[in-house]
Formats: sequence, structure tokens, C-alpha cells
Amino acid sequence: MDHWRDHKLAFWVFAIPGTAWLVVFFLAPLAIVWALSFGENISITQTRVTGTLENYGRALLTPVYLQVIWKSVWLSALATAGCLLIAYPVAFLISFVGARWKMILLAAIILPFWINLLIRTYALIAVFRTRGFVNFGLEWVYETLFLDRLFGPFQPLELLYNNFAVGAGLIYVFMPFMVLPLYASIERLDKSLLEASLDLGAGQFTTFWRVTVPLTMPGIVSGIILVFIPMLGSFLIPDLLGGTNAQMIGNVIERQFKSANDYPFGAALSFLLMYATFAALALRAYAAGRRSAAQV
Amino acid sequence: MGQPIIEVRNVTMAYGRLKAVDNVSFDIEANEFFALLGPSGCGKTTLLRIIAGFVSPTSGQVFIDGQDMGRIPPNRRPVNMVFQSYAVFPHMSVEKNVAYGLQVTGTPAAEAARRVGDALERVGLSDLRTRMPDQLSGGQRQRVALARALVKQPKVLLLDEPLSALDAKLREQMQMELSHLQADIGVTFIIVTHDQDEALSMADRIAVMNNGAVDQIAEPWVLYESPANRFVADFIGKVNLIDGEVSGARGGRVTVATAALGKVSIPHDGPASGRVALAVRPEKIRISTSKPGDRDAIATTGTIADWAYYGDSSHLTVETGDGHRLGVIIQNDTRTTIDAMDIGDAVHLSWSASDTLVLDR
Repeated sequence: MDHWRDHKLAFWVFAIPGTAWLVVFFLAPLAIVWALSFGENISITQTRVTGTLENYGRALLTPVYLQVIWKSVWLSALATAGCLLIAYPVAFLISFVGARWKMILLAAIILPFWINLLIRTYALIAVFRTRGFVNFGLEWVYETLFLDRLFGPFQPLELLYNNFAVGAGLIYVFMPFMVLPLYASIERLDKSLLEASLDLGAGQFTTFWRVTVPLTMPGIVSGIILVFIPMLGSFLIPDLLGGTNAQMIGNVIERQFKSANDYPFGAALSFLLMYATFAALALRAYAAGRRSAAQV
Repeated sequence: MGQPIIEVRNVTMAYGRLKAVDNVSFDIEANEFFALLGPSGCGKTTLLRIIAGFVSPTSGQVFIDGQDMGRIPPNRRPVNMVFQSYAVFPHMSVEKNVAYGLQVTGTPAAEAARRVGDALERVGLSDLRTRMPDQLSGGQRQRVALARALVKQPKVLLLDEPLSALDAKLREQMQMELSHLQADIGVTFIIVTHDQDEALSMADRIAVMNNGAVDQIAEPWVLYESPANRFVADFIGKVNLIDGEVSGARGGRVTVATAALGKVSIPHDGPASGRVALAVRPEKIRISTSKPGDRDAIATTGTIADWAYYGDSSHLTVETGDGHRLGVIIQNDTRTTIDAMDIGDAVHLSWSASDTLVLDR
């Protein structure tokens, strides 16, 4: 193959549109929001970047915002763990079935992408609400077992507008992003390594923890990053499923930009989330670097 | 011979209508070096995997050391395997790879360390114990796989095409090493291979498999000199097969009418009738420019059509009168052997009738 240096013109022709797109529609807005986070409102319609740190101070020193950030982190962490626990066996199964089933199951994982997120989230409301499918199902079981004669009429569970609903919604929406990288790494795993482990006397459980998990760790880490970060910033799911008392940081940010009309404070909250994410990624890169250095 | 270490009884492995292994039975004695030899897709690897326990046969039984392995999973069988891909754990050092099988079965640390040290020494990897697998050559990775299996002190070591990924020189060296190792530690080896040289040079006995069935089990020289059928004769070494028809049998000899050689009389025990193939190995054919004088010899004439030079020997193709071709191997036992004949020369071929086999067609 020719080296790109031999075809400078072709290289620039293909490289410039994508780069321009990223600069104009991704980096520039990001830079604007970052600059705004050091700004002040001077009138209802005007903000000025003054280099003040007041927005960050307000975000970090007001307990209610810290509480929302903290809740967003643990809710996202819990939902990420839930995703991992459900997705790993699914990815494992897909990797071990025959070629025809593999196609069908992968299609089933990707299929939800074809339906709008809003509609899928509304569908979850129909599932979880007081007169929803889960409660209908439970009521049917309850009455079939004649428990209503013993304990009185069925009391529907409150499944919607709380943290449980937000967590379940996050898991449901982000599941494919966990399954796909896991599937890719399990598929790449040489299956004779698992046979070798069994052959050497390890049981299925030991083989899973000492061979399968370490060797699919890249997929696990990518899945966690791919799922945890967007979960942390999600606002549509907590907005629809969470009600008033189950808000995440995304909802607070959205409110600053819209109803509160406080762009600088919204920008500061956004970038606090951003800094935390960068810190986590840097920590991971540092750990990975140390690990590969230790192997040499 | 005592109790066989492995007994395979009527084992069949069917995938739908295809039978990968078709009603196979045989015994393997303790301390034997046993080879399963056959072309790819003949079922030899499937049979090895059945013995290891990775697949359950559709029907039939496998006994190891007298015990029925029917419901025993691979991690509780007294056999260990060296995989074709080596399957060395890429996230563990050489030492940890070898120690793995002892750790997971709860061997005390001190004993495990001693046995790992011994195993690494035996395969010559003591200096590389802290290396990761991606820092090893193919041959070294294979030694890790070997040490990892041997450290478990299995009753039977299974080797799945262990040498196929090595280059020719290293393969020959490993053949020697495996033979010595097997004699040294006295463990039964079962090797799966498609390479006849590998099987002939290492194994005490060889089972030749074809289409899921075992065609013949015998010592290497018996397979070569007295193959049971046309497939075995053709698969092991080179052979000339000459079609003919039995026209008479008397006193331990059969008369076979062939288009290539006319009527020939050959010593043959057992029944033979109808259409047969005469088989003669190319190195058993004598070639000369003058007419040979043997009495009990089968003789014909032809011209040299092709000449492949291999240094120590030459492989000649001789075309006999009516378009038949016979392969002949001559040893270049003097520096001038090569000068005696050339392509296009008319030559006499002859071989002893007792070097000719009568095989069913």
C-alpha cells in the first residue's frame, strides 16, 4: 500500500471534511460552553465571560447540587453494574450459539436502536405504572393463587417515579452498549483456552474467574466506559421515569439552560461532570499503563 | 500386557447424519506411544476430544484405567492435553501457566513449586520462567503447553497435532525429544497427526483412520510392509497400485491377470478373488539398463518419463509400454549414480514377487 505521504492531496481531501465537522460542531461548542462556565449574567439576554470562579464555587458549595451529583454517580454506577451482570451472560450465550442464532440474537440486541428513545421510554411507563403490565401480571398471579381471599385485594406496586424506575430505565436503554463490546471480546477469546483450563483440572467456575474474565477485561472496561459516562449525563430517562424527587444532574443542567436561563451555572455543572469523567479516564489509562509496564 | 490404560468401546460420534467417528474400538496399553493417523476430517481429533472429555460420544464408552468415563467431566479425568494451538494462557507468565493446573486443584504451595521447577527443567524452560507467552517463540510456547500438562502427572498425555505449526528442522528435533521424554517418564502418549513421518518415527503402534473408522492398528513397519487395504497402503508412504483380476489360486500363491504386467504369480495367504490391486513400494523396484536375471521376479520395461532429485535419493517415474506409470525410488549411494541414467532412457524394472501385495480394490 502507498504511504499517505506519497499522496498528500488525497490525504487532505479525505481528512479535512471530517476534521472541519469535528471542529465546528463539536470542539467549538464545547469551547463556548467551557468559556461560559467562567461567565456572569449581566442582563436577561446577555452573559459576559469574566473569568469568575463563582459558578464552580456555587456548584461545589451548595449541598443540594453535590447531593444530585453524588446521586447521579451512584445511580449510574449501580445501573452500570446491573448492565454488566445482565449483559455478560447474554454476550457469552451469543458467542457460543451457532451462526444462524448469532445473527438473530445480535439483531435482537440492536433492534431497539431502530425505535426512538422517547417512545421506548414511554413504553416503560406503560410497563411500570400503577395500572401497567407488571402490576397486571402480579395481580393475575395474586388472584390465581386466591391470595386476595386471605390478605384482601391486590395492592399495586409503586414502580414509577422513583429511583428504581430511573435505574431500570437506564439499564434497559444502555444494555446494547454493554452487550456489544463484551460480545466482541468474548468472540475473540480462543475457546481452546477454556478447554485447556478444564483439562488442567479447573471447574467451570474457576475457569470463568481465572481465564474468561481476565482475558475479556478489555471488553468489560470498554462496556463500563461506554455505558457509565452517558448514564451520568442522561436527562430524558430521569425526566420521564423519575418524577420530581428522582432527578439526576442532567435534569439540573437542562433546567439551568432552559427555565432558569442561567447559562454560566449550567456550563459550570456540565464541565464539573466533564472533569470527573476525564479524571476517571486518566486514572484508568494510568492503571493500564502500570499493568503493561509490570508485564515487561 | 496387563490392564489396558485406555479402552475405546464401539464409540460413535454422529453430527446429524454425518458420522465423524463410526463404531471405533481399540485398546491402548500402559506406557505405549500410540498415534491416531489419518487425513484431515477422518475423525482422529474428534476421537481425541472424546477421550479428553470435551465432547460426549453419541454412543459407546471410553474406559481410562478401567474406569468408565461416561459421566466424568474433563477436569476430573486423569488425562491432560497439549492443544494444537498450544492454548497457553496469554495473561500468565510461563511459571504461572505451568502452576495453574496444580493451583486450581489445591496442591500445597511447596509441592507445587517443586513440581513446576521439575517440569520446566524437563522441557528446558527454567531460564524463561518469568516470561510472558507473547515473548516466546512457537517452539517455546509448545514446551510450556507440554510442561503444563506433564506437571499434572497424567496417566495419559494427549497431543493434538503438536508439531504441525513448527518448521521442518524444529519438528524433527521435537519428534526425537518427545520420543525420549515418553520413554523417560513412562506415561502413555496418544498423538493425533496427519503426518505419516511423525507417526512412523515416534509411535509404538498406529491406528490409521479413514472416514471415521479405524482401518488398521499395527506397528509402523507392519502398516508399511503389510497394509490391510488400499487406503492404508496409499496413505502411508508411496505405493504403485496395479489393477488386475485373480485368475487362479493354488498352494499359497495367486495368479493375477493385469493389463500392465500380463499374468503374474504372487505368494499370498488368505482369500483373494475378483478384481484386486497389486501394490509394490517404489523403493522395492530395481531399475537397470540391462535385463535382470532373477527367477522369482516380476519384470517389465519402460522409459524414464520424470526424474525428481532429492539429494539422498531420486524419485523416478517410468512409463511402461501401454501408458501405465510406475514410481521408482533409487538411492544415490554413490556420487555417480545420477550419471548412469537420464530421462528418456529405456530401462528394465523388476521386483520380487514376495514384495508385492494383493489388496482388495
